[in-house]
Amino acid sequence: MTPIRIAFLALTDAAVLIAAREKGFAEAQGIALDLVRDTSWATLRDRLVYGQVQAAHMLAPLAVAVTLGLSQQPCALSAPYKLNVNGNQLVMAPDFAAALERDAAVRLNDPLATAHDFANAIGLHHRKPVIGVVHRFSSHALILRYWLASAGIDPDRDVVLRVLPPSLMVEAMRAGEIDGFTAGEPWGSAAVEVGLAEAVAAGERLWQRGVEKVLTFRTDWMEQHPDLVDGLLRAMAGAAAWCDDPVNRVELAGLLAQPAYVDQPAELIERALAGRIVVRQGEAPVDLPDFILFARDATPFPWRSQALWIYSQLVRWGMVEPSAQAQARAADVFRPDIYRRALADSDAPMPGASMKVEGALLSPLAIGAPKGSITLGPDRFFDGRAFDPDRIEEYVAGFPPRR
Amino acid sequence: MRIVIIDDSGARATVLEEGLRDAGYEDIHVVPPRGAFVARLERMAPDVVLMDLGNPSRDTLEEMLVVSRALAKPIAMFVDQSDDNMIGAAIDAGVSAYVVDGLRKERVKPILDLAIRRFSAFARMQAELDEARTQLADRKTIDRAKAILMSSRGLSEPDAYALLRTTAMNQGKKLVDVAAALITASDLLGGTS
Repeated sequence: MTPIRIAFLALTDAAVLIAAREKGFAEAQGIALDLVRDTSWATLRDRLVYGQVQAAHMLAPLAVAVTLGLSQQPCALSAPYKLNVNGNQLVMAPDFAAALERDAAVRLNDPLATAHDFANAIGLHHRKPVIGVVHRFSSHALILRYWLASAGIDPDRDVVLRVLPPSLMVEAMRAGEIDGFTAGEPWGSAAVEVGLAEAVAAGERLWQRGVEKVLTFRTDWMEQHPDLVDGLLRAMAGAAAWCDDPVNRVELAGLLAQPAYVDQPAELIERALAGRIVVRQGEAPVDLPDFILFARDATPFPWRSQALWIYSQLVRWGMVEPSAQAQARAADVFRPDIYRRALADSDAPMPGASMKVEGALLSPLAIGAPKGSITLGPDRFFDGRAFDPDRIEEYVAGFPPRR
Repeated sequence: MRIVIIDDSGARATVLEEGLRDAGYEDIHVVPPRGAFVARLERMAPDVVLMDLGNPSRDTLEEMLVVSRALAKPIAMFVDQSDDNMIGAAIDAGVSAYVVDGLRKERVKPILDLAIRRFSAFARMQAELDEARTQLADRKTIDRAKAILMSSRGLSEPDAYALLRTTAMNQGKKLVDVAAALITASDLLGGTS
């Protein structure tokens, strides 16, 4: 058995790592998986960068940001495997949400209209709303900015974005320090369950296949340990298929609920795993079957175009100075070559290409692949824009200029 | 040189603050990471910020370091990235230090070294305290289980202990776990222990 230490945060989307350990997928690959829980992304990042752990459950934009030297010590990171897509929601305090569409399904299913309602709600609010985001370099923050801006809201001027770790959001709501937050599950559901918040937007409705957590290594370590990395990726693929199977949902929720992992009620965790989103305390849930994915539709495949989408958003919000070099380094964070090497002999979905236009698929599409065909899920952005990784400059310029 | 310690635990902050004062630093402030601590920190304009590596407020602090207009100079987590040994020691000790740009390495190193030593000492103390607490709790549990066996089966104290130990060994369990199970069972059966 070879030990590997992996840092994670208490979130539902650490499921694949937890199942790999608890259901024997890692052990079957000769790996003794040691999972180290942290509360903040800064701590998780430092453990990875300074070698206390060999891998981490990381926000995809943070992996890009660390590689580009935007978040403390610069360090080349690599993400050969996506641990999930989607799984976040934006929730706001009931007094703020009162100005939004009442019908829960309509509110979630028409994000563009809800964004405009949100703009009005800001006007009615007694002060600038304070919205908790888990990190500057998180998918949550990037898609929230995108969504707010679609209704003419300047995320740096019209609202206050306050950074807080996901597991502290509910307490911050209770203390009145924030008026809402966007975070991975189960924290949104936990706030709704106790009546502190209402669901306002679901990540899956903003970008139907939104890049989220990635299994991240230091590039030098990954390159020095190819066999170990391949074994770990095979363990992940097995665990991901197990996590996605509805038959295992109750057991998975039970595993995640344990005090050492997410430490929240199993029923609450299971609800989001099943894609049932309760918008208001006590109401019937809205069904969002793609609320969080672990395996199906080639979820784990690290499309380089998705790393580039992250780069495009960093450019859009002035977080990085655009350059050909930065762009190339950002794309290189996602490593489909390692994914292909590790999973070549498995039945994991194996797209032939490494890039695609993001946001172009309105319905599921079967594509040719080296081994038979695979299905890609719809990946539309809520505003219908498509991201062509070969035309990043044009894409960024296509958004209304910031005032 | 203004040093700010961000800490929830009064004890650890005190241990560190005392060490720094003994070493001749005077401008030291302890700030608990609650409420508007970031605004307080901004007003203080510290040269060095020390905190526990695992402190959940680090994301909030780092965001402030990026967006703050009050802090003209950038702050990095370690002043000199070339000193791998010291960084390794700091990470292992659980120290994170944010240092203003331009502060010379020689001026920061003694502070960091001291923080590393004090953090390690504090962690050791904490571990010893936890261990002592566990031992005490375990002994109480075992004593209760012994008393149950003595009164219900008329055993002497050494025999009661021997029975617990043999059972634990046969079942491959810890003595304290067997004792706890016995207490639970006895409570369920309405025993008086």
